Amino acid sequence: MADLRTNLAGIKSPNPFWLASAPPTNSGYQIMKAFDAGWGGAVWKTLGVPVVNVSSRYGAVNYRDKRMVGFNNIELITDRPLKDNLREISEVKKRFPDHAVIASLMVETKEEWHQIVRDVENAGADGIELNFGCPHGMCERGMGSAVGQEPKVLQTIVEWVKEVAKIPVITKLTPNISDITRPARAARAGGSDAISLINTIQSVVGVDLDTFVPYPNVDGKSTNGGYCGPAVKPIALNMLKNCAQDKQVGIPISGIGGVENWRDAAEFILLGATSVQVCTAVMHYGFGIIRDLKSGLERYMDEKGFKTLDDFRGKALPNIVHWEDLNLKYKVVAEINADKCIGCQLCYTACEDGAHQAIGLSSDPLIRIPSIIEENCVGCNLCSIVCPVEECITMERRDDGKEQLTWGERTAAGNIPKTFDDPLAGGLHHWVPEPAEALVTKKPRHYKG
Amino acid sequence: MAEYKRPTTEAEFTANFHPKKPLMSDTEAYYESSRCLYCYDAPCINACPTGIDIPTFIRQINNDNKDGAAKTIYDSNWMGHACGNVCPTEELCEGACVYTKSDVKPIEIGRLQAHATDKVIHAKKKLFITGKPTGKKVAVIGAGPAGVSCACELRMLGHAVDIYEAREKPSGLCVYGVAPYKLTNEEAVDEIAYLQEQFGFNAHYNKPVTGRVDFERLEKDYDAIFIGIGLGGTSALGIPGEDKKGVMGALEFVEVLRNKHQATPVGNKVIVLGGGNTAMDAASESCRMGAESVTIAYRRGPEEMGAYTFEFDLAKKSGAKALFNVTPVEVMGNGSVTGVKFIRNSSANGKLEAIKGSEFLEPCDMVLLGTGQGKQVELLKQVSGLMLDQKGRIVVNERFQTTNAKYFTAGDAMNGGVEVVNAAAEAKKAAHGIDTYLGK
Ligand SMILES: Cc1cc2nc3c(=O)[nH]c(=O)nc-3n(C[C@H](O)[C@H](O)[C@H](O)COP(=O)(O)OP(=O)(O)OC[C@H]3O[C@@H](n4cnc5c(N)ncnc54)[C@H](O)[C@@H]3O)c2cc1C
Ligand SMILES: Cc1cc2nc3c(=O)[nH]c(=O)nc-3n(C[C@H](O)[C@H](O)[C@H](O)COP(=O)(O)O)c2cc1C
Ligand code: SF4
Ligand code: SF4
Ligand code: SF4
Repeated sequence: MADLRTNLAGIKSPNPFWLASAPPTNSGYQIMKAFDAGWGGAVWKTLGVPVVNVSSRYGAVNYRDKRMVGFNNIELITDRPLKDNLREISEVKKRFPDHAVIASLMVETKEEWHQIVRDVENAGADGIELNFGCPHGMCERGMGSAVGQEPKVLQTIVEWVKEVAKIPVITKLTPNISDITRPARAARAGGSDAISLINTIQSVVGVDLDTFVPYPNVDGKSTNGGYCGPAVKPIALNMLKNCAQDKQVGIPISGIGGVENWRDAAEFILLGATSVQVCTAVMHYGFGIIRDLKSGLERYMDEKGFKTLDDFRGKALPNIVHWEDLNLKYKVVAEINADKCIGCQLCYTACEDGAHQAIGLSSDPLIRIPSIIEENCVGCNLCSIVCPVEECITMERRDDGKEQLTWGERTAAGNIPKTFDDPLAGGLHHWVPEPAEALVTKKPRHYKG
Repeated sequence: MAEYKRPTTEAEFTANFHPKKPLMSDTEAYYESSRCLYCYDAPCINACPTGIDIPTFIRQINNDNKDGAAKTIYDSNWMGHACGNVCPTEELCEGACVYTKSDVKPIEIGRLQAHATDKVIHAKKKLFITGKPTGKKVAVIGAGPAGVSCACELRMLGHAVDIYEAREKPSGLCVYGVAPYKLTNEEAVDEIAYLQEQFGFNAHYNKPVTGRVDFERLEKDYDAIFIGIGLGGTSALGIPGEDKKGVMGALEFVEVLRNKHQATPVGNKVIVLGGGNTAMDAASESCRMGAESVTIAYRRGPEEMGAYTFEFDLAKKSGAKALFNVTPVEVMGNGSVTGVKFIRNSSANGKLEAIKGSEFLEPCDMVLLGTGQGKQVELLKQVSGLMLDQKGRIVVNERFQTTNAKYFTAGDAMNGGVEVVNAAAEAKKAAHGIDTYLGK
């Protein structure tokens, strides 16, 4: 049976699933309920200075019948009194000594930082997370992402915290920056024991077409918020990979951003995360999703023969290289499995209008199964992505696997195309219909031969 | 087997005749429209006789543009709402939906169509601008699906239209024939009122065209004439006892039912003769009216029935039983019907042969003849030069022009009786035929 126990820079938890600092961790009540349901850890809703919140606070991106594929908020840090939160931290720790309780903090001056670090340590927190991410409300007051976007300032504050902290310190990074490794390196330089990423991405989630007010509407006005939920996972994964591959970062990472199911969690771990944090999915479905998260990850590990999380942490990292190190000799083409095809012809129109005119239709309109024009297929994957039937279009390898040549190697050998006529140039042998052909017939292009 | 109590109140009637395709709520329409794949050259479009751009209207519903969805539907089919409810979608668009190829429930195209059109009908949303007046006048005989569709299209083309309708209400068989669990009178009439409001054709009710004098008057007053009179009453069976009390045409039965609801007299033991869709409807309806037993009797085997499988299934689900390979010989009874005498058939090489000595009596107190509708041959003979085929259908060319150049036709009168959607499709083309003719 897979062992899910997790240790992030000394913060131990029965499994890698933590609640991210957000409304689900507003109170001891919620965190006890979550631990009882099976969550391994919780990062307390950020404690700090007194704030006032607005109403309303959230907006969302729905994709057809799927709600909340993306989620946006303009909420600030906790507005509950510090002493209540501290008391509840102690209570939770007493009842759940083996679960991880991490206090998320955001204050301004050195003195304030020293004081609040001591407070949460005395309350029994297992670790501290520094919130340098909040993209609205707090940055205007010189906190949150105002810090996260300035590596020097960030490093200074980490140093202040480390002057007094006896428990591990995690620095939470904002994605609203062009190179995530800069603040990550600064965190390490300041002595941070770990980093977590990503916080929310600056966003305007939509505009009400009747009132002309973007969402969420606060008395006829809105403001940019922080974007999260399933839609941001790819951005999170990329930033995670950037930090995990960077030798100068070199500290454990707690992955955050769009985690909703065990597959997401496994992907974060494969790209180097030690624990994962979840917010939007819990705000959508409640704590109960932990059952699927745990059982799915366990089953996956059992199937792959991984006994502990360390057995596969970072296993995908060596497989992300620079573009110039990709093998130019590798060649796949699309293949349609006629038995599975339902004849929707989405692949046809996608390739015809959106790619390389490499799919044809039968001249008999009753035959709905398209065919690949292999000479023209560049192996882009688009058709296999739009096809609504699993495993119906597969990408089949056509090179013999013996040759390996990368752009980097070609550059080094002085072997790169200099003109478009150069036989080494890319699209040279690719057939493209004459422009005017588009207007000859509005009928679908039929496959001849 | 479903058991229906004899309805005595309007509420009980409505419960027994619960809509087969109830109107979708906004939420249901949203979720259902989300499933559509937006197929290329979509098979559902190709399966629709009017060629509605189905993926587009479904996407418009999904993207909160229901006016646009209704416009897309009406662009192709002026009976958009009626069709959404009454079309045999299992055999047409939904039967062709690609989801059927992957054992997934097809998109409920009919209900989505009814949803979108219902919105604009009730909001009285004006979606169309009629064509620039041409100064030409067209008379349309019959305000059924064919007549009304032709009228709308003619108005789009700028011609003035007068409809002459024999009955007091428009809609034709949509009000007098189609099963009440598919479409209510109000729904049928509301759609036509909505169209009339937008297209401004004149409709004259209780104005039957009865013979040569009427036709000649129309020929004098109008530049072209469209015949949309549908079919006639139920054909006689031609067996002894057919005139007994308790024997009636299935069509006539449905007509009474559509208008009298729970007050329609229905026997306890009903025999429905025939294997077509009208017979199946009459059987389903008798069950819902609380008949103790309903038996469909058909001369051949089940696979040879003219009715759609889903209509036969619905009749069975409603409680009807079926007798196959039996021919009625005589309707028994003394004044009122007490039973039908049948003889069993064997069918060899498609030929029916009575099995000697196999006669049997099936008791009943009502017989419904689903023997098909006759054609209005006598009336049509009054139009000079109008040719009918052997089956009594009006002969037309590809522009739906009859052998009398001034007359055009479509719908049941021309096709011999198919569906509402065919009448809508043909009548639209006929209007263009008229337009071409008037342009000369
Ligand atoms: C019992 C039954 C059930 C059916 N169920 C379905 C169904 O579920 N789905 C479906 O799609 N189709 C169904 N149909 C078929 C469908 O109703 C017809 O195909 C369609 O109505 C044909 O339209 P139409 O305009 O050609 O004829 P009709 O609907 O018959 O309209 C003809 C109109 O002309 C009028 N008229 C006739 N003679 C004259 C005259 N001399 N002067 C003036 N006016 C005249 C009539 O009063 C009527 O209003 C059913 C038919 C029957 C009989
Ligand atoms: C396959 C692909 C290739 C792209 N190539 C370019 C490009 O050559 N130049 C460019 O400015 N943007 C390029 N983009 C970005 C798009 O123009 C666009 O900014 C981005 O996809 C976001 O819009 P979307 O969400 O509608 O896709 C490309 C996008 C895709 C998907
Ligand atoms: S892989 Fe790309 S180029 Fe090849 S057929 Fe599919 S969509 Fe077209
Ligand atoms: S997208 Fe897939 S199912 Fe649809 S036509 Fe292409 S191969 Fe067939
Ligand atoms: S065939 Fe089905 S899925 Fe495809 S466009 Fe038509 S309704 Fe949508």
